Amino acid sequence: MMASSYNIKEEDGHHSGSSGPGGNAVRTKKPDNTAFKQQRLPAWQPIITAGTVLPAFFIIGLIFIPIGIGLYVTSNNIKEFEIDYTGIDISSPCFNCSQSYSWNTTTSCTCSIPFSLDQPFESNVFMYYGLSNFYQNHRRYVKSRDDSQLNGNLDSLKAPSKECEPYRINENMPIAPCGAIANSMFNDTLDLFYIDPNGTRTPIPLMKTGIAWWTDKHVKFRNPGGSSSNLTAVFYGTTKPLSWPKPVYELDTDPENNGFVNEDLIVWMRTAALPTFRKLYRIIQKKNSLTPTLPRGNYTLDIVYNYPVRSFDGRKRMILSTISWMGGKNPFLGIAYISVGSVCFFLGVVLLFIHHKYGNRNNSSDIPN
Amino acid sequence: MAREIGEPGVAKSSTTKKHKRRKSKKEIKTRTVHANILYDQAKGGDNPNRHYANNKIKTTKYTLLSFIPKNLFEQFHRFANVYFVFIALLNFVPVVNAFQPELALAPVVFILSVTAIKDLWEDYRRHRSDKEINHMDCLVYSRSERQYLECYWKEVCVGDFIRLRCNEILPADVLLLSSSDPDRLCHIETATLDGETNLKQRQVVRSFIDLDTEFDPLKYNSVIECEKPNNDLNRFRGYITHRNGRRDGLYKENLLLRGCTIRNTEEAVGIVIYAGHETKAMLNNSGPRYKRSKLERQMNVDVFWCVVILLVMCLFSAIGHGLWMFQYGDKRPVFDVLSPEGTDLSPVVSAIYLFLTMIIVFQVLIPISLFVSIEIVKICQVYFIHQDADLYDEETDSHLQCRALNITEDLGQMQYIFSDKTGTLTENKMVFRRCIVAGVEYSHDANARRLAMYQEVDSEEDEGLSRGGTLPRKESLTSQHSGGKAVLRSQSTKSHRRTGSRAEAKRASILSKHTAFSSPMEKDITPDPQLRDKVNDCGSQMEFMRFHNQLLSQISPDLQDVFDFFIALTICNTVVVSSPNQPRQKVRRFELKSPVKTIEDFIKRFTPSRLTSASSSSSSTSLATNRSSSHRACSSLLSSPSAESTLARLEEERGATPGIRGALGTTPACPHAGGSVAGGSDEGELRYEAESPDEAALVYAARAYKCSLVGRLADQVTIELPHVGRLSFELLHTLAFDSTRKRMSVVVRNPLTEQITVYTKGADSVIMDLIRPPAADDSKGKRQRKILFKTQNYLNLYGMDGLRTLCIAKRVLSKEQYASWLRRHLEAETAIQGREELLFESALRLETDLHLLGATGIEDRLQDGVPETIAALRRAGLQIWVLTGDKQETAINIAYACKLLDPEEEIITLNADSQEACAVLLDESLHYIQAKFLCSSSADPCAAGVFQPDYATLQFHAPPTSSGTAGPVVVHRLGLVIDGRTLAYALDKSLEDKFLAVARSCRSVLCCRSTPLQKSMVVKLVRDKLKVMTLAIGDGANDVSMIQVADVGVGISGQEGMQAVMASDFALPRFQYLQKLLLVHGHWCYSRLANMILYFFYKNAMFVALIFWYQFYCGFSGSAMIDQWYLIFFNLMFSAFPQLITGTLDKDVSADTLQELPQLYMNGQNSEEYKPYMFWMNMIDAFYQSLVCFFIPYFAYADSDVDLFTWGTPITTLALLTILLHLGIETKTWTWMNWASIAFSIVLFFMVAMCYNASCPTCYSPSNPYWTMQRLLGDPLFYLMCVITPIAALLPRYFYRACQGSLFPSPVQVGRQLDKVPLGLRRHLVNQRTAHRTPLYPLGPPFLKGCSSKITDPYSSNPKQKAQAASPICLKSMEMKDTPGSSKNPVNHLEHHDELSLPSSEIIWLTSTPLMPQMECVQLISPPSGASPGVTYQKNQESLDCPQQNILKQTCGERLSDSPDSQ
Repeated sequence: MMASSYNIKEEDGHHSGSSGPGGNAVRTKKPDNTAFKQQRLPAWQPIITAGTVLPAFFIIGLIFIPIGIGLYVTSNNIKEFEIDYTGIDISSPCFNCSQSYSWNTTTSCTCSIPFSLDQPFESNVFMYYGLSNFYQNHRRYVKSRDDSQLNGNLDSLKAPSKECEPYRINENMPIAPCGAIANSMFNDTLDLFYIDPNGTRTPIPLMKTGIAWWTDKHVKFRNPGGSSSNLTAVFYGTTKPLSWPKPVYELDTDPENNGFVNEDLIVWMRTAALPTFRKLYRIIQKKNSLTPTLPRGNYTLDIVYNYPVRSFDGRKRMILSTISWMGGKNPFLGIAYISVGSVCFFLGVVLLFIHHKYGNRNNSSDIPN
Repeated sequence: MAREIGEPGVAKSSTTKKHKRRKSKKEIKTRTVHANILYDQAKGGDNPNRHYANNKIKTTKYTLLSFIPKNLFEQFHRFANVYFVFIALLNFVPVVNAFQPELALAPVVFILSVTAIKDLWEDYRRHRSDKEINHMDCLVYSRSERQYLECYWKEVCVGDFIRLRCNEILPADVLLLSSSDPDRLCHIETATLDGETNLKQRQVVRSFIDLDTEFDPLKYNSVIECEKPNNDLNRFRGYITHRNGRRDGLYKENLLLRGCTIRNTEEAVGIVIYAGHETKAMLNNSGPRYKRSKLERQMNVDVFWCVVILLVMCLFSAIGHGLWMFQYGDKRPVFDVLSPEGTDLSPVVSAIYLFLTMIIVFQVLIPISLFVSIEIVKICQVYFIHQDADLYDEETDSHLQCRALNITEDLGQMQYIFSDKTGTLTENKMVFRRCIVAGVEYSHDANARRLAMYQEVDSEEDEGLSRGGTLPRKESLTSQHSGGKAVLRSQSTKSHRRTGSRAEAKRASILSKHTAFSSPMEKDITPDPQLRDKVNDCGSQMEFMRFHNQLLSQISPDLQDVFDFFIALTICNTVVVSSPNQPRQKVRRFELKSPVKTIEDFIKRFTPSRLTSASSSSSSTSLATNRSSSHRACSSLLSSPSAESTLARLEEERGATPGIRGALGTTPACPHAGGSVAGGSDEGELRYEAESPDEAALVYAARAYKCSLVGRLADQVTIELPHVGRLSFELLHTLAFDSTRKRMSVVVRNPLTEQITVYTKGADSVIMDLIRPPAADDSKGKRQRKILFKTQNYLNLYGMDGLRTLCIAKRVLSKEQYASWLRRHLEAETAIQGREELLFESALRLETDLHLLGATGIEDRLQDGVPETIAALRRAGLQIWVLTGDKQETAINIAYACKLLDPEEEIITLNADSQEACAVLLDESLHYIQAKFLCSSSADPCAAGVFQPDYATLQFHAPPTSSGTAGPVVVHRLGLVIDGRTLAYALDKSLEDKFLAVARSCRSVLCCRSTPLQKSMVVKLVRDKLKVMTLAIGDGANDVSMIQVADVGVGISGQEGMQAVMASDFALPRFQYLQKLLLVHGHWCYSRLANMILYFFYKNAMFVALIFWYQFYCGFSGSAMIDQWYLIFFNLMFSAFPQLITGTLDKDVSADTLQELPQLYMNGQNSEEYKPYMFWMNMIDAFYQSLVCFFIPYFAYADSDVDLFTWGTPITTLALLTILLHLGIETKTWTWMNWASIAFSIVLFFMVAMCYNASCPTCYSPSNPYWTMQRLLGDPLFYLMCVITPIAALLPRYFYRACQGSLFPSPVQVGRQLDKVPLGLRRHLVNQRTAHRTPLYPLGPPFLKGCSSKITDPYSSNPKQKAQAASPICLKSMEMKDTPGSSKNPVNHLEHHDELSLPSSEIIWLTSTPLMPQMECVQLISPPSGASPGVTYQKNQESLDCPQQNILKQTCGERLSDSPDSQ
């Protein structure tokens, strides 16, 4: 009723405006009759009722549940082996090491833990070390680094950023790499030995490289003065972080994996998001398609126990894992998809019920009322 | 300081001395202006004007230098800005800093600079316009050049002489010293000041009037003393002191205001009094007011809650951090980094530091961008309202103006509307309908038919409503009226359509664009044949008599009255005549004289010898030169002022009055034949411009009877009468209309009788009070009484008809009376202080002992669509109060016509004479309401139906019982009518609660006869006491205070000037647009903003909560997994646009449906979109969603080698997606802009993230997110999370919405569903719904069917009728207590009332308006004081038996003492 009368008015106005004397000449302030200005843009107006959203719930349910199952199966196919070598338990071989060791001790303590794999690990096996209760995400800890020093900037090497305080200068010499992150670098050494049924220990070759992000290794981290130069000379005038047993240029013998581009350092410098985390330590490469990378059998993990975690009730673990397209073993997403899908489906049923019982009233009988 | 007149004998020196002394004393209060040319050589030295502001205006706020500090200073007045700057600065403290300090400044700087740029732009525009204005040209007299030179406006100084030419705009406030106009007048158009398009006359200062030669600035050496600059446009006083010691008063008529345009005047010269910023126009220029909307107030409460939540979260984190630190004891873990100084922090200290850090991290919770976003959205909303073609009025080419930018959403939350009547509900286009002359009613049937025709043309398409209209009166006075009720009943539903057809109006508007000319409908009046005959009779008789040299006073009194009546209609006004060919060109000036301004003048004019010659020659000359000559005709017929004239001489003259009279007898007789013929041809082309439309209506009415106003000068009015021809009346005084006196008068000398006659025109209530009581018992007295009585009766009926009544009266003054009055009047006129009061008193002295000539009924037609609009607004749950200055009956009838009052509802009328009576009445009505509606709400509402009588007339006679003021909150079907006097009592502190209790339980309230102040008091009372949102709508200056007080003020940009518009927040061209403005735009603005604000709170809380959850996994260290760039720009960039688009464009229900279902408006009234609990619901939802967004990535990446920011970036992404999808759920209409904005936001986020993550491998410490996003995009896990998280997060909300939509849909949702229904079906459904009155709202106000109760009141005692004194004067205060519903004639208690009263049946049908036969009516009338308390409660059956006793009440006793003129 209203709408039509308004239209009439508009037409009327136009008509008289154009035909009236001087109507063309007078520039009126009449607003433009455009869809935008009159707020009449064509629009989709969804109405959320049980009836209208019903399909969405069922579709979501029907899509999510298969995805979830797929994810769950994929995750379950991943083989993972985890061993805690913290040495809290007296029975643990590393108990002694864990008791005696602190940051200040210089002598190293070794222990070895035997374990056995029930199933062979087929493809490439990733060897992680895991830490618990280690708050690498602490606000002041996260900040305590100098990225340009790590990028090989010579100025920053000699004069590290203030952010590194109080791990910036030691005995009037700049620390390289400076900061709390580098200072607390994980420095246990882990070695794997396969125990043949006949008792011989076969060392398993562990790849040191390829564990860091390519961009980190090649862009973010660089040794000062380029890769070719003599690291000892370059780092002259700097000092090692307080907790480190040896300076940064002695981290590895391979010049491609030494200094700031040492991949263990790079991996460590990527601070973990959560207090329980794992970091890639080594990769055990698949030899060929015939023999599994890690066959079933007994193994020994030899540990040079340097890293103290007792002060913060931390745990240290060694993890062996294969990975799939979706990463490591984690059934969560699969379960999540399945449960969200089921919930959707269930709610869809509820809505169907509602729609069946009340929906008709709304759509037809309620409005005329 | 009353200025003494007539003391020219005082020595010049003493005067100056005295003057100087005075000046020094009141230096503070006045300003002295000298001519600048006297001081030209010593410019700047001793020029006394040097301290006054010059004419350069500068409205800019800033200069180039001061911009930054001043703008910052102003912005920091906003608390939020201070808060954010504080946070940003906190970042510079190393121990607590969370972000890079520079980065943390970014949002604050961004917000500040956006505002600053906006301010700068506005200021620049102001600067541009200032510059333009300052560089306009005007002519200023230069001493050195001895001529007027072109100057820039900015160079004009106080004391300069400037010459103004036609159509020039005044550069400053100028005192008019000379004009090329022969009358020494200057016409100005003040449209820019007050919007009134009619011309106003300004007059040369008196001392310069008689200057025959051109004004020479060099000869000027007077000193002007006047008020300090002030902003009162209608006041200016001061005096000018000449070298010779003579002093003259200065009035506002002498002052030309800056900004006005000179019209019709070749040239004028004046001296600048106020310049630049001190001009009245500039002082009136106050910027837009800042109002805070209800929504914003509510929002601020929730902002406060956000602060509380923030503090709680920070405190929680701080304590957590303290405990976390404490558990490690002395063993410091490696990751607990020492402070930069290397000192170990104790848990407590670190907790305190952390508290501050957390405030920085969580700052986003307080939505920094919310304030800016709201402003942007509001500007867009204003833009759209402005652009709405439906709110555009073709006729006036104007559309809605939003003058307040920040209260658009208040429009959606109104609960009470206070409306003015005249010009707001009605058109303020006055149409003469009928009149009474000498007690005889002339009903103007043809005129009524004509009006009905106009109506039909326009209401063709509107068949649904019966078109009784103003039915032409077909029967004669004596015919019987049978079955009146039915007919009248149907008339009540007549639709008042807009005057004339649209095409016709358009034509009119083209003809008279931007002028105050009346529409043809107002002009073409069909005369009543009877009256026309009488007029012709009268004219011819008079002609005959004059021809035979008979005394005119011998005409029969009836005819005399008719004659006087038309003369009064024609001349008792301030209408300006112009000819159409040259609009604004005065037709002709016949004579050159000003009104009597001095005693000398008086004497001069009334000296017999001079007068005879002067006037006779003048009028004949005038006719000769009538149309041909444009030069001054008979310019200075009067000799120069006689120097010797003194008051003493006046005294002498008095003795000679009879002589004068005799001499006056030979008056100029115009050669009528030629005059009238010529006039006849002219007549059609004359145009009248009137300040009030009533005046124009009357003049047009008179013209229909060939009594036309031909010309008006300051001192003379020329009219043309049938048979008599042109007559020039010497206009001695005009006592302008004011709202206190409610009347205006002119004092003229009648050229025919030479009598000094006062014609007064005014509201019937006041005029009737001033009528000279008829002499005792001779036939003349009897006749007089009869006339009075009849007139009063008709007036009452007019009132019931909804006509505006005006009484016309005259008074013949004897020369002595006039002289004595004149003396005091002149004193008053020249007084500087208290002049208004003195003039007022002077007017009161003149306007007494009047002789009633007749009365007129003018119809003020309802505006287009008013009843529909009111009905719609009422269905929208708005309480509509009408506050009008009109008389009660008129108001009630207009109220019926516009459906404000419903025939089915009862009406409580409150008329009290004293505070006590008022209190009692209020108590009684409360009782009544309670009793009545207790009854009706109890079991048997049908009993009411059974008993539902035609008239239930209840009369309360105030018993002293008072009851509690526990007001009923339910709105009943009751109407309350209260008059201004009672309102004054009711608004008293002690009674206001009761008044409100009564008023709020009534569905409609009508306050009649209320003053502007009362209007604003009512609004204020309701607003403050009931805590409701009020809207005031009005069109005139009398509504300004009301408009300013209300939460939202709406001005009608109609015909009564711009004052209301200037004071308003929104200006509408028509009342009916209010419907769309409120129901559609108000609703939209409200729901959009409410949803946007809630969404904002949700969004920020959701985002911040993510970080809060993370604190549990980072030792409450204040660490954030979200990169600080994302954290800071999330609100400003990534999530900002979609919500702005939705906040601007979203329509929950279409405009059509909103108008068809006004009930949907209650959504806003009840704040349904944004209730306090909704904030918390949103918060809970936000926390839930953030939990999902946090823990899905948490578990997905649990115990993995993910690093902090590779894990945080997906969370950010997920949060963004969730937030956008959430907005999607809340968005009701999806236009391409919504899609685009959401897509844009997502793309923007990824683009920014990619660029940011690729830009620098070593920067952005500490996150250093190099290549993070790129790597994530290659991770299937990321996509899997992106799919599941938003769905899981929004599942509950979506499910809830779906259930709500199905199980308990809100009215708005039902409305939205209606949108989907095809148009035809929808209309059908809506009509059905409205027809059945199905409340959309389950909780809507119950419409209780009125039931007349059977309360038996213990106090029922006899009404004190008989005790009432019946004096003839009582007539004037006679209040017709009759309700339209009752068919009794109003009989007042005159002595001879039985013999004079007309048979009731005769009167009934006289009222053409709808009577309300079924209406129940409660009348609360206080008895005269001293009456014993009692209540009369009568059933209508009884009342029918004794109608006259019950229905008529007189409350005259106290009223008498109130009339101001009873000295």
